[in-house]
Amino acid sequence: MAPLMKILVPVKRVVDYNIKIRIKSDGSGVELANVKMSMNPFDEIAVEEALRQKEAGKATEVVVVSIGPQQATETLRTALAMGADRGILVKTDGPVEPLAVAKILKGVVAEEGPGLVILGKQAIDDDSNQTGQMLAALTGAGQGTFASKVVVGDGSVEVTREVDGGLQTVRLKLPAIVTADLRLNEPRYASLPNIMKAKKKPIAEKTPADYGVDVAPRLKVLKTTEPGGRKAGVKVKSVSELVQKLHDEAGVI
Amino acid sequence: MATLLLAEVAGGVLSDMTARALTAALEIGQPVDVLVAGQGVAAAASAAAQLSGVGKVLVADDAAYAHGLAEPLAALIVALSPAYDAVVGPSTAAAKNVLPRAAALLDVMQVSDITKVLGPKTFERPIYAGNAIQTVESSDPKIVATVRTASFGATATGGAAPIEAIAAAADPAVSSFVGDALAKSDRPELTSAKIIISGGRAMQKAENFKTYIEPVADKLGAAMGASRAAVDAGYAPNDWQVGQTGKVVAPDLYIAVGISGAIQHLAGMKDSKVIVAINKDEEAPIFQVADYGLVADLYQALPELNDELAKLAR
Ligand SMILES: Cc1cc2nc3c(=O)[nH]c(=O)nc-3n(C[C@H](O)[C@H](O)[C@H](O)COP(=O)(O)OP(=O)(O)OC[C@H]3O[C@@H](n4cnc5c(N)ncnc54)[C@H](O)[C@@H]3O)c2cc1C
Ligand SMILES: Nc1ncnc2c1ncn2[C@@H]1O[C@H](COP(=O)(O)O)[C@@H](O)[C@H]1O
Repeated sequence: MAPLMKILVPVKRVVDYNIKIRIKSDGSGVELANVKMSMNPFDEIAVEEALRQKEAGKATEVVVVSIGPQQATETLRTALAMGADRGILVKTDGPVEPLAVAKILKGVVAEEGPGLVILGKQAIDDDSNQTGQMLAALTGAGQGTFASKVVVGDGSVEVTREVDGGLQTVRLKLPAIVTADLRLNEPRYASLPNIMKAKKKPIAEKTPADYGVDVAPRLKVLKTTEPGGRKAGVKVKSVSELVQKLHDEAGVI
Repeated sequence: MATLLLAEVAGGVLSDMTARALTAALEIGQPVDVLVAGQGVAAAASAAAQLSGVGKVLVADDAAYAHGLAEPLAALIVALSPAYDAVVGPSTAAAKNVLPRAAALLDVMQVSDITKVLGPKTFERPIYAGNAIQTVESSDPKIVATVRTASFGATATGGAAPIEAIAAAADPAVSSFVGDALAKSDRPELTSAKIIISGGRAMQKAENFKTYIEPVADKLGAAMGASRAAVDAGYAPNDWQVGQTGKVVAPDLYIAVGISGAIQHLAGMKDSKVIVAINKDEEAPIFQVADYGLVADLYQALPELNDELAKLAR
């Protein structure tokens, strides 16, 4: 029997994946005022995985942490309603880059001593795909990124990863860092009673300074612009017309 | 401004992702040295030496690098980094795994998925599934970046760079390789194919990819891709997924079959030169980006397409 462990899950508040974002007319960034925000979809998968490990008797407690504005409390409540035990809000004003997030998480890891940290593979706003790898580096832990299967063993964890060409399985010493890919599981919906219960679960408030982390950005955003657009072309009436156009007009076959 | 480029090697063969990332690396800072790490990678190293513009090729041939584990490989990159102002790699699963780890060890914020090099420290990169383009300037002393290969052409060959063997770095020994399940295919790789045909949820089962998509792909010499829905349902393997969180492709011709055109899918293919959509719903959003749209049932259209292509070949 493995020693019972805590699982830490970092969850990010992002623009809901169904929303078509708008770019501010002065090119200074993406409009976030009055836009529906949700938990980063990959983080829902990470929370679900932590809960399943706990339900399977592999973990004793699931702690969720979010680095962001006061409203990130809502994201933590969503995770608590899914079944996480308690939350930590590390309050910041502006956006925080993955490197600084990883440094803050390193501080949380030092405080909480989790056996496993499960992050999302990618935040769908910045599309960085780096925080988990960075946290692993900073804590000296092994990393199982893009996970589609996680099997906790005695003092180690086996992670099956989605890689180019197929799947790879690695074994990592605990404590370890895992990042969740889409096929890891299907996250549950929170039931109404659990949403009510979540309101009473504790959320601690911290600041980056509590962990001695400077969150000043390293990347200066010079501008944010619209991508080059694409216009709808023509509708063809038949397969033969399609083939003829691809051959004669577009010259691609 | 010297740059270290992490080569992409798959099955002992140098992937053409390396030559594409090299184009970006040469724009960031020269000379560009290429790191080939793996086991039994002599052939890949000599292929890298032939890419034009390469300064030298560093070969770390060691069992520790046989499976691309991030922990030992990041340690090696960090050990080599003092000689370089920038460390870059293609946006492949392997490089996306290791480069952020190396960046954090160097206390550098990685610039992910660059699509344009505007200066040695200034780049364009897409955010929000490509719905916005950011121009960022790094204030870090060193650059660590991944390169979106669909945005850069491959460099020519014809070079003859010197090849230098280097020693392995100490392995942090927190990870080990257990096994893999990698598909072998004679088809072109998704990320380098000139033509791609992708199927979506409408394919209904894995066999339909074989029955309906594969013959067409064979005739066109095309790679096969899929939407997330098709992969999630088990109709297609995970590494066929095209999109925001899958592969980003920009072939000459992309044929989307039974794919609705969610923004997450468009993020992976909307820079293709010519897009064809086959969908039975004329309102499907995929038609808004398609150069040629065919409103039809794929189970009728694909056999017809196969026949028409056969006629064309004659
Ligand atoms: C965090 C996150 C990341 C994601 N990443 C990706 C990604 O990388 N790539 C990706 O693709 N998706 C991604 N998605 C999923 C995306 O939002 C869509 O759900 C997905 O792309 C839908 O796949 P689809 O078009 O195959 O399925 P559907 O949206 O179900 O579309 C099926 C289409 O087939 C058509 N059809 C049905 N029957 C026929 C027929 N007989 N003949 C012709 N047409 C027919 C229908 O009209 C419909 O348009 C992501 C989602 C999230 C939340
Ligand atoms: N501000 C944040 N608060 C909590 N978790 C975060 C934050 N930013 C990133 N993460 C975690 O890191 C993962 C990868 O994010 P990224 O590297 O930005 O793509 C996310 O899926 C989250 O699990």
